[in-house]
Amino acid sequence: MAETVEKIKLLKSSPDLSTATYQIHDESHTIGNSLRWMLMKNPKVEFCGYSVPHPSENVINVRIQMYDNVSSLDALISALDELDKVCETVEDGYLASLREGKFERWVERT
Amino acid sequence: MPSETVDSRRLVGVLAERVTNVSSNDFPGHYPGEDHSWDLTNFQKNLTVKVQRLSQHSIDFDIVGVDASIANAFRRIMIAEVPTVAIEQVFVWNNNTVIVDEILAHRLGLVPLNVDPSLMIMKGPDDPPTDQNTLVFHVDITCERNPKAPKGTLNPHELYINSEFLSSHLTWTPAGEQEEVFADNKPAPTNSNIVLAKLRPGQQINMELHAVKGVGKDHAKFSPVATASYRLLPQIKIIKPIPPSKAEKFQKCFSPGVIKIDPRTQEVSVDEKNVRNDTVSREVLRHPEFAGSVELSRVRDYFLFNVESEGPYAPERILPEAIKVMREKLAVIRQAAEALRDKSTTIDSDVVMTDS
Repeated sequence: MAETVEKIKLLKSSPDLSTATYQIHDESHTIGNSLRWMLMKNPKVEFCGYSVPHPSENVINVRIQMYDNVSSLDALISALDELDKVCETVEDGYLASLREGKFERWVERT
Repeated sequence: MPSETVDSRRLVGVLAERVTNVSSNDFPGHYPGEDHSWDLTNFQKNLTVKVQRLSQHSIDFDIVGVDASIANAFRRIMIAEVPTVAIEQVFVWNNNTVIVDEILAHRLGLVPLNVDPSLMIMKGPDDPPTDQNTLVFHVDITCERNPKAPKGTLNPHELYINSEFLSSHLTWTPAGEQEEVFADNKPAPTNSNIVLAKLRPGQQINMELHAVKGVGKDHAKFSPVATASYRLLPQIKIIKPIPPSKAEKFQKCFSPGVIKIDPRTQEVSVDEKNVRNDTVSREVLRHPEFAGSVELSRVRDYFLFNVESEGPYAPERILPEAIKVMREKLAVIRQAAEALRDKSTTIDSDVVMTDS
Protein backbone atom coordinates (compact mmCIF):
# COMPACT_ATOMS: atom_id res chain seq x y z
CA MET A 1 0.00 0.00 0.00
CA ALA A 2 2.86 2.34 0.84
CA GLU A 3 4.96 4.01 -1.85
CA THR A 4 2.12 3.89 -4.35
CA VAL A 5 1.27 7.60 -3.97
CA GLU A 6 3.72 10.12 -5.33
CA LYS A 7 4.67 12.91 -2.93
CA ILE A 8 4.42 15.53 -5.69
CA LYS A 9 2.21 15.27 -8.74
CA LEU A 10 2.33 17.71 -11.64
CA LEU A 11 -1.23 18.78 -12.43
CA LYS A 12 -1.42 21.53 -15.06
CA SER A 13 1.72 22.99 -16.53
CA SER A 14 3.25 24.61 -19.57
CA PRO A 15 5.88 22.46 -21.38
CA ASP A 16 8.77 24.56 -20.05
CA LEU A 17 7.31 24.40 -16.49
CA SER A 18 7.24 28.19 -16.29
CA THR A 19 3.68 27.85 -15.05
CA ALA A 20 2.65 24.77 -13.13
CA THR A 21 0.39 23.41 -10.42
CA TYR A 22 1.96 20.92 -8.06
CA GLN A 23 -0.12 18.65 -5.93
CA ILE A 24 1.77 17.79 -2.75
CA HIS A 25 0.48 14.71 -1.00
CA ASP A 26 0.07 14.48 2.79
CA GLU A 27 0.70 18.18 3.45
CA SER A 28 -1.49 20.97 4.79
CA HIS A 29 -1.48 24.71 5.48
CA THR A 30 1.65 24.18 7.57
CA ILE A 31 3.81 23.66 4.49
CA GLY A 32 1.43 25.31 2.03
CA ASN A 33 1.43 28.76 3.55
CA SER A 34 5.12 28.92 4.42
CA LEU A 35 6.08 27.60 0.98
CA ARG A 36 3.84 30.14 -0.70
CA TRP A 37 5.43 32.92 1.34
CA MET A 38 8.95 31.81 0.49
CA LEU A 39 8.10 31.49 -3.22
CA MET A 40 6.62 34.97 -3.23
CA LYS A 41 9.90 36.30 -1.84
CA ASN A 42 11.49 35.21 -5.14
CA PRO A 43 11.47 38.15 -7.59
CA LYS A 44 11.22 35.77 -10.57
CA VAL A 45 7.87 34.46 -9.34
CA GLU A 46 4.96 36.24 -10.97
CA PHE A 47 2.27 34.47 -8.97
CA CYS A 48 2.12 31.86 -6.25
CA GLY A 49 -0.88 30.54 -4.40
CA TYR A 50 -1.91 27.38 -2.66
CA SER A 51 -5.15 25.69 -1.74
CA VAL A 52 -6.46 22.72 0.15
CA PRO A 53 -8.94 21.51 -2.48
CA HIS A 54 -11.04 19.47 -0.09
CA PRO A 55 -10.75 19.00 3.68
CA SER A 56 -11.14 15.25 3.45
CA GLU A 57 -8.36 14.89 0.91
CA ASN A 58 -4.96 15.18 2.47
CA VAL A 59 -3.32 17.20 -0.30
CA ILE A 60 -2.44 20.78 -1.19
CA ASN A 61 -2.23 22.35 -4.62
CA VAL A 62 0.54 24.88 -5.17
CA ARG A 63 0.28 27.06 -8.24
CA ILE A 64 3.43 28.82 -9.43
CA GLN A 65 3.77 31.16 -12.40
CA MET A 66 7.20 32.51 -13.35
CA TYR A 67 8.45 35.52 -15.27
CA ASP A 68 10.77 35.07 -18.29
CA ASN A 69 9.85 31.38 -18.85
CA VAL A 70 12.03 30.24 -15.95
CA SER A 71 11.31 26.79 -14.52
CA SER A 72 8.94 26.88 -11.56
CA LEU A 73 10.33 23.57 -10.33
CA ASP A 74 13.73 25.17 -9.75
CA ALA A 75 12.01 27.97 -7.84
CA LEU A 76 10.14 25.38 -5.76
CA ILE A 77 13.33 23.53 -4.89
CA SER A 78 15.22 26.68 -3.95
CA ALA A 79 12.27 27.84 -1.83
CA LEU A 80 12.37 24.52 0.04
CA ASP A 81 16.11 25.00 0.62
CA GLU A 82 15.58 28.49 1.90
CA LEU A 83 12.78 27.41 4.23
CA ASP A 84 15.14 24.83 5.64
CA LYS A 85 17.65 27.59 6.34
CA VAL A 86 14.93 29.62 8.04
CA CYS A 87 14.21 26.66 10.31
CA GLU A 88 17.90 26.21 11.03
CA THR A 89 18.36 29.89 11.88
CA VAL A 90 15.36 29.95 14.20
CA GLU A 91 16.52 26.78 15.93
CA ASP A 92 20.07 28.11 16.39
CA GLY A 93 18.74 31.36 17.83
CA TYR A 94 16.41 29.50 20.17
CA LEU A 95 19.07 27.13 21.44
CA ALA A 96 21.53 30.00 21.89
CA SER A 97 18.99 31.91 23.97
CA LEU A 98 18.28 28.80 26.00
CA ARG A 99 22.00 28.21 26.62
CA GLU A 100 22.52 31.82 27.59
CA GLY A 101 19.96 31.26 30.33
CA LYS A 102 18.95 34.90 30.73
CA PHE A 103 15.30 34.22 31.39
CA GLU A 104 12.97 33.97 34.31
CA ARG A 105 12.65 30.54 35.87
CA TRP A 106 9.62 29.81 37.93
CA VAL A 107 7.89 26.83 39.50
CA GLU A 108 4.41 25.99 38.37
CA ARG A 109 2.11 24.41 40.90
CA THR A 110 0.57 21.16 39.79
CA MET B 1 12.08 47.19 22.05
CA PRO B 2 11.51 50.96 22.20
CA SER B 3 8.19 51.47 20.50
CA GLU B 4 9.20 54.71 18.79
CA THR B 5 11.67 52.88 16.58
CA VAL B 6 9.20 50.27 15.24
CA ASP B 7 8.70 50.83 11.54
CA SER B 8 5.07 51.75 10.90
CA ARG B 9 4.97 49.10 8.16
CA ARG B 10 5.39 46.45 10.86
CA LEU B 11 2.28 47.61 12.72
CA VAL B 12 -1.20 46.17 12.55
CA GLY B 13 -3.54 48.99 13.57
CA VAL B 14 -6.17 48.17 16.20
CA LEU B 15 -9.05 50.63 15.96
CA ALA B 16 -12.34 50.71 17.83
CA GLU B 17 -14.31 48.77 15.21
CA ARG B 18 -11.69 47.58 12.74
CA VAL B 19 -8.14 46.42 12.23
CA THR B 20 -5.84 47.87 9.57
CA ASN B 21 -2.74 46.73 7.62
CA VAL B 22 -3.25 43.12 8.53
CA SER B 23 -1.34 41.38 5.73
CA SER B 24 2.39 41.37 5.37
CA ASN B 25 3.57 43.09 2.19
CA ASP B 26 7.32 42.57 2.24
CA PHE B 27 7.30 40.98 -1.20
CA PRO B 28 9.37 41.93 -4.26
CA GLY B 29 7.45 44.37 -6.41
CA HIS B 30 5.13 45.57 -3.68
CA TYR B 31 6.96 48.82 -3.00
CA PRO B 32 8.39 50.36 -6.20
CA GLY B 33 12.16 50.64 -6.11
CA GLU B 34 12.56 48.50 -3.01
CA ASP B 35 14.09 45.05 -2.99
CA HIS B 36 12.26 42.65 -0.74
CA SER B 37 13.56 39.45 -2.28
CA TRP B 38 14.75 36.71 0.03
CA ASP B 39 18.08 37.42 1.66
CA LEU B 40 19.35 34.94 4.21
CA THR B 41 22.01 37.17 5.79
CA ASN B 42 19.48 39.95 6.19
CA PHE B 43 17.06 37.50 7.77
CA GLN B 44 19.71 36.19 10.14
CA LYS B 45 20.59 39.75 11.10
CA ASN B 46 17.00 40.73 11.84
CA LEU B 47 15.89 37.55 13.56
CA THR B 48 15.65 37.57 17.34
CA VAL B 49 14.68 34.49 19.28
CA LYS B 50 14.55 34.92 23.01
CA VAL B 51 13.30 32.72 25.80
CA GLN B 52 11.42 34.81 28.35
CA ARG B 53 10.12 32.45 31.03
CA LEU B 54 10.54 28.79 31.73
CA SER B 55 8.89 26.52 34.25
CA GLN B 56 8.72 22.76 34.52
CA HIS B 57 5.49 22.75 32.50
CA SER B 58 5.57 25.78 30.23
CA ILE B 59 7.80 28.12 28.28
CA ASP B 60 7.35 31.63 26.92
CA PHE B 61 9.58 32.71 24.07
CA ASP B 62 9.65 35.47 21.44
CA ILE B 63 10.37 34.98 17.76
CA VAL B 64 10.89 38.36 16.10
CA GLY B 65 11.45 38.89 12.41
CA VAL B 66 9.65 35.95 10.80
CA ASP B 67 6.48 35.96 8.74
CA ALA B 68 3.23 34.74 10.26
CA SER B 69 3.29 31.74 7.92
CA ILE B 70 6.53 30.49 9.49
CA ALA B 71 5.42 31.15 13.06
CA ASN B 72 2.12 29.45 12.32
CA ALA B 73 3.87 26.45 10.79
CA PHE B 74 5.82 25.96 14.02
CA ARG B 75 2.67 26.31 16.09
CA ARG B 76 0.73 23.86 13.93
CA ILE B 77 3.55 21.31 14.03
CA MET B 78 3.92 21.58 17.81
CA ILE B 79 0.23 20.76 18.19
CA ALA B 80 -0.33 18.21 15.45
CA GLU B 81 2.88 16.63 14.18
CA VAL B 82 5.35 16.13 17.00
CA PRO B 83 4.97 12.44 17.90
CA THR B 84 4.22 11.06 21.35
CA VAL B 85 3.19 7.71 22.77
CA ALA B 86 -0.36 7.09 24.01
CA ILE B 87 -2.64 4.16 24.73
CA GLU B 88 -4.34 3.14 21.51
CA GLN B 89 -5.89 -0.26 22.16
CA VAL B 90 -7.64 -1.50 25.28
CA PHE B 91 -8.58 -5.15 25.72
CA VAL B 92 -11.13 -5.41 28.46
CA TRP B 93 -11.22 -8.81 30.14
CA ASN B 94 -13.47 -7.63 32.90
CA ASN B 95 -15.08 -4.33 33.81
CA ASN B 96 -18.20 -4.26 35.93
CA THR B 97 -17.80 -0.70 37.13
CA VAL B 98 -20.35 2.00 36.31
CA ILE B 99 -18.03 3.41 33.59
CA VAL B 100 -18.68 1.59 30.34
CA ASP B 101 -15.77 0.04 28.45
CA GLU B 102 -15.56 2.53 25.60
CA ILE B 103 -15.66 5.58 27.87
CA LEU B 104 -12.97 4.07 30.06
CA ALA B 105 -10.88 3.21 26.99
CA HIS B 106 -11.17 6.79 25.79
CA ARG B 107 -10.13 8.14 29.19
CA LEU B 108 -7.12 5.81 29.21
CA GLY B 109 -6.07 7.04 25.78
CA LEU B 110 -5.88 10.60 27.06
CA VAL B 111 -3.49 9.76 29.93
CA PRO B 112 -0.07 11.35 29.14
CA LEU B 113 2.77 8.82 29.29
CA ASN B 114 6.39 9.59 30.13
CA VAL B 115 7.79 7.55 27.21
CA ASP B 116 10.44 9.20 25.04
CA PRO B 117 8.98 8.79 21.52
CA SER B 118 12.42 8.54 19.92
CA LEU B 119 12.79 5.11 21.55
CA MET B 120 9.85 3.73 19.58
CA ILE B 121 8.95 3.42 15.93
CA MET B 122 5.61 4.23 14.34
CA LYS B 123 3.25 1.28 13.98
CA GLY B 124 1.60 1.09 10.57
CA PRO B 125 -2.04 0.04 10.29
CA ASP B 126 -1.14 -3.47 9.13
CA ASP B 127 2.02 -3.96 11.20
CA PRO B 128 1.94 -6.60 13.91
CA PRO B 129 2.74 -5.32 17.41
CA THR B 130 6.42 -5.75 18.29
CA ASP B 131 8.66 -4.68 21.16
CA GLN B 132 9.70 -1.67 19.02
CA ASN B 133 6.27 -0.25 18.29
CA THR B 134 4.03 -1.26 21.19
CA LEU B 135 4.16 -0.93 24.96
CA VAL B 136 1.90 -3.17 27.02
CA PHE B 137 0.30 -2.16 30.31
CA HIS B 138 -1.96 -4.19 32.55
CA VAL B 139 -4.58 -3.18 35.07
CA ASP B 140 -6.08 -5.60 37.53
CA ILE B 141 -7.84 -4.09 40.49
CA THR B 142 -10.75 -5.20 42.64
CA CYS B 143 -12.58 -3.07 45.14
CA GLU B 144 -13.25 -4.59 48.56
CA ARG B 145 -14.56 -3.52 51.92
CA ASN B 146 -11.84 -2.44 54.31
CA PRO B 147 -12.09 -4.63 57.40
CA LYS B 148 -10.01 -2.07 59.36
CA ALA B 149 -12.21 0.90 58.49
CA PRO B 150 -12.74 3.28 61.41
CA LYS B 151 -16.21 2.99 62.85
CA GLY B 152 -18.79 5.43 61.56
CA THR B 153 -16.67 6.81 58.72
CA LEU B 154 -18.32 7.78 55.45
CA ASN B 155 -15.05 8.37 53.57
CA PRO B 156 -14.86 5.87 50.70
CA HIS B 157 -11.05 5.86 50.88
CA GLU B 158 -11.30 4.50 54.42
CA LEU B 159 -14.36 2.32 53.88
CA TYR B 160 -13.06 0.48 50.81
CA ILE B 161 -9.80 -0.78 49.37
CA ASN B 162 -9.18 0.32 45.76
CA SER B 163 -12.17 2.65 45.65
CA GLU B 164 -10.54 4.55 42.80
CA PHE B 165 -8.85 3.40 39.61
CA LEU B 166 -5.88 5.78 39.36
CA SER B 167 -3.33 6.22 36.60
CA SER B 168 -0.77 4.76 39.02
CA HIS B 169 -2.55 1.40 38.70
CA LEU B 170 -1.22 1.00 35.15
CA THR B 171 1.61 -1.50 35.36
CA TRP B 172 4.01 -1.84 32.49
CA THR B 173 4.80 -5.32 31.17
CA PRO B 174 8.14 -5.26 29.35
CA ALA B 175 8.56 -7.37 26.24
CA GLY B 176 11.65 -8.29 24.22
CA GLU B 177 14.42 -5.70 24.54
CA GLN B 178 12.19 -3.14 26.23
CA GLU B 179 13.61 -3.86 29.68
CA GLU B 180 17.02 -2.50 28.59
CA VAL B 181 15.73 0.25 26.28
CA PHE B 182 13.49 1.78 28.93
CA ALA B 183 15.75 0.92 31.87
CA ASP B 184 16.40 4.50 33.08
CA ASN B 185 12.83 5.70 32.64
CA LYS B 186 10.21 3.05 33.23
CA PRO B 187 7.09 3.70 31.12
CA ALA B 188 4.30 5.11 33.29
CA PRO B 189 1.82 8.00 33.27
CA THR B 190 3.47 11.41 33.88
CA ASN B 191 0.86 12.07 36.55
CA SER B 192 0.18 9.14 38.84
CA ASN B 193 -2.87 10.74 40.41
CA ILE B 194 -5.46 10.82 37.62
CA VAL B 195 -8.77 9.26 38.67
CA LEU B 196 -9.95 7.11 35.77
CA ALA B 197 -12.90 5.36 37.43
CA LYS B 198 -14.51 4.91 40.82
CA LEU B 199 -15.22 1.48 42.21
CA ARG B 200 -17.34 0.00 44.96
CA PRO B 201 -17.04 -3.42 46.66
CA GLY B 202 -17.40 -6.27 44.20
CA GLN B 203 -16.48 -4.22 41.14
CA GLN B 204 -13.30 -4.97 39.28
CA ILE B 205 -11.29 -3.92 36.28
CA ASN B 206 -8.99 -6.27 34.38
CA MET B 207 -7.54 -4.91 31.15
CA GLU B 208 -4.59 -5.05 28.81
CA LEU B 209 -3.53 -1.76 27.22
CA HIS B 210 -1.39 -1.24 24.14
CA ALA B 211 0.38 2.10 23.75
CA VAL B 212 1.74 3.16 20.34
CA LYS B 213 3.46 6.16 18.83
CA GLY B 214 1.32 8.65 16.94
CA VAL B 215 0.81 12.30 16.03
CA GLY B 216 -1.75 14.87 17.12
CA LYS B 217 -3.36 15.20 13.70
CA ASP B 218 -4.51 11.60 14.07
CA HIS B 219 -5.88 12.04 17.59
CA ALA B 220 -5.47 14.84 20.14
CA LYS B 221 -4.23 12.36 22.74
CA PHE B 222 -0.94 12.21 20.79
CA SER B 223 -0.41 15.97 21.00
CA PRO B 224 2.67 16.73 23.16
CA VAL B 225 1.37 20.13 24.22
CA ALA B 226 -1.52 21.22 26.36
CA THR B 227 -1.55 24.54 24.50
CA ALA B 228 0.78 26.05 21.95
CA SER B 229 -0.17 29.55 20.93
CA TYR B 230 1.25 32.87 19.89
CA ARG B 231 0.07 36.45 19.93
CA LEU B 232 1.55 39.63 18.55
CA LEU B 233 3.35 42.18 20.70
CA PRO B 234 0.95 45.00 21.56
CA GLN B 235 2.06 48.56 21.05
CA ILE B 236 0.51 51.57 22.72
CA LYS B 237 1.38 55.04 21.53
CA ILE B 238 0.21 58.03 23.56
CA ILE B 239 -0.18 60.92 21.14
CA LYS B 240 -1.75 63.56 23.36
CA PRO B 241 -0.77 64.00 27.03
CA ILE B 242 -3.37 62.62 29.41
CA PRO B 243 -4.60 65.19 31.96
CA PRO B 244 -3.49 64.26 35.51
CA SER B 245 -7.12 64.07 36.68
CA LYS B 246 -7.78 61.32 34.14
CA ALA B 247 -4.50 59.47 34.65
CA GLU B 248 -5.89 56.77 36.89
CA LYS B 249 -8.89 56.15 34.67
CA PHE B 250 -6.54 55.88 31.69
CA GLN B 251 -4.36 53.40 33.55
CA LYS B 252 -7.37 51.23 34.36
CA CYS B 253 -8.20 50.91 30.67
CA PHE B 254 -5.16 48.63 30.25
CA SER B 255 -3.90 45.46 31.88
CA PRO B 256 -2.16 45.92 35.25
CA GLY B 257 1.40 47.23 34.99
CA VAL B 258 1.14 48.40 31.39
CA ILE B 259 0.66 52.12 32.12
CA LYS B 260 2.93 53.96 34.53
CA ILE B 261 1.90 57.14 36.34
CA ASP B 262 4.68 59.34 37.63
CA PRO B 263 3.84 59.81 41.33
CA ARG B 264 5.06 63.43 41.32
CA THR B 265 3.89 64.88 38.04
CA GLN B 266 1.01 62.45 37.36
CA GLU B 267 2.48 62.08 33.90
CA VAL B 268 1.26 58.96 32.05
CA SER B 269 3.64 56.69 30.11
CA VAL B 270 3.78 53.17 28.73
CA ASP B 271 5.92 50.62 30.56
CA GLU B 272 7.90 49.09 27.69
CA LYS B 273 8.79 46.00 29.73
CA ASN B 274 5.19 45.20 30.61
CA VAL B 275 3.47 46.26 27.40
CA ARG B 276 3.49 42.61 26.33
CA ASN B 277 1.01 41.87 29.12
CA ASP B 278 -1.65 44.06 27.59
CA THR B 279 -4.67 42.31 26.17
CA VAL B 280 -5.43 45.13 23.69
CA SER B 281 -8.98 45.13 25.01
CA ARG B 282 -9.66 48.52 23.32
CA GLU B 283 -11.36 49.71 26.50
CA VAL B 284 -9.52 53.04 26.14
CA LEU B 285 -11.20 53.62 22.78
CA ARG B 286 -14.66 53.50 24.38
CA HIS B 287 -14.13 56.68 26.40
CA PRO B 288 -14.76 59.93 24.51
CA GLU B 289 -12.30 61.86 26.72
CA PHE B 290 -9.44 59.72 25.39
CA ALA B 291 -10.47 60.02 21.75
CA GLY B 292 -7.45 60.77 19.60
CA SER B 293 -5.00 60.59 22.48
CA VAL B 294 -3.81 57.03 22.02
CA GLU B 295 -3.06 54.66 19.12
CA LEU B 296 -3.25 50.93 19.65
CA SER B 297 -1.48 48.46 17.40
CA ARG B 298 0.34 45.16 17.29
CA VAL B 299 3.72 44.40 15.75
CA ARG B 300 3.13 42.06 12.82
CA ASP B 301 6.36 40.07 13.01
CA TYR B 302 6.78 39.98 16.79
CA PHE B 303 5.46 36.65 18.01
CA LEU B 304 5.04 35.92 21.70
CA PHE B 305 4.77 32.16 21.99
CA ASN B 306 3.42 30.29 24.95
CA VAL B 307 3.82 26.52 25.00
CA GLU B 308 2.55 24.29 27.77
CA SER B 309 3.90 20.79 27.80
CA GLU B 310 2.17 17.72 29.05
CA GLY B 311 3.76 14.37 28.55
CA PRO B 312 7.30 13.27 27.81
CA TYR B 313 8.91 16.44 26.45
CA ALA B 314 10.29 19.15 28.70
CA PRO B 315 8.69 22.43 27.54
CA GLU B 316 11.95 23.79 26.10
CA ARG B 317 12.35 20.68 23.94
CA ILE B 318 9.11 21.09 22.02
CA LEU B 319 10.14 23.84 19.58
CA PRO B 320 13.36 22.04 18.52
CA GLU B 321 11.32 18.87 17.99
CA ALA B 322 8.82 20.81 15.87
CA ILE B 323 11.61 22.33 13.80
CA LYS B 324 13.07 18.86 13.31
CA VAL B 325 9.71 17.62 12.01
CA MET B 326 9.40 20.66 9.71
CA ARG B 327 12.88 20.09 8.26
CA GLU B 328 12.12 16.42 7.69
CA LYS B 329 8.97 17.39 5.80
CA LEU B 330 10.91 19.89 3.68
CA ALA B 331 13.57 17.29 2.93
CA VAL B 332 10.95 14.77 1.78
CA ILE B 333 9.28 17.30 -0.51
CA ARG B 334 12.64 18.43 -1.85
CA GLN B 335 13.60 14.89 -2.70
CA ALA B 336 10.30 14.38 -4.52
CA ALA B 337 10.72 17.69 -6.37
CA GLU B 338 14.20 16.70 -7.50
CA ALA B 339 12.90 13.33 -8.67
CA LEU B 340 10.25 15.20 -10.65
CA ARG B 341 12.89 17.47 -12.16
CA ASP B 342 15.05 14.50 -13.18
CA LYS B 343 12.01 12.84 -14.71
CA SER B 344 11.02 15.92 -16.71
CA THR B 345 14.56 16.46 -18.03
CA THR B 346 14.84 12.83 -19.19
CA ILE B 347 11.53 13.23 -21.02
CA ASP B 348 12.93 16.34 -22.69
CA SER B 349 16.08 14.52 -23.83
CA ASP B 350 13.94 11.64 -25.10
CA VAL B 351 12.05 14.09 -27.26
CA VAL B 352 15.32 15.50 -28.61
CA MET B 353 16.51 12.00 -29.47
CA THR B 354 13.39 11.12 -31.43
CA ASP B 355 13.66 14.41 -33.34
CA SER B 356 17.23 13.77 -34.45
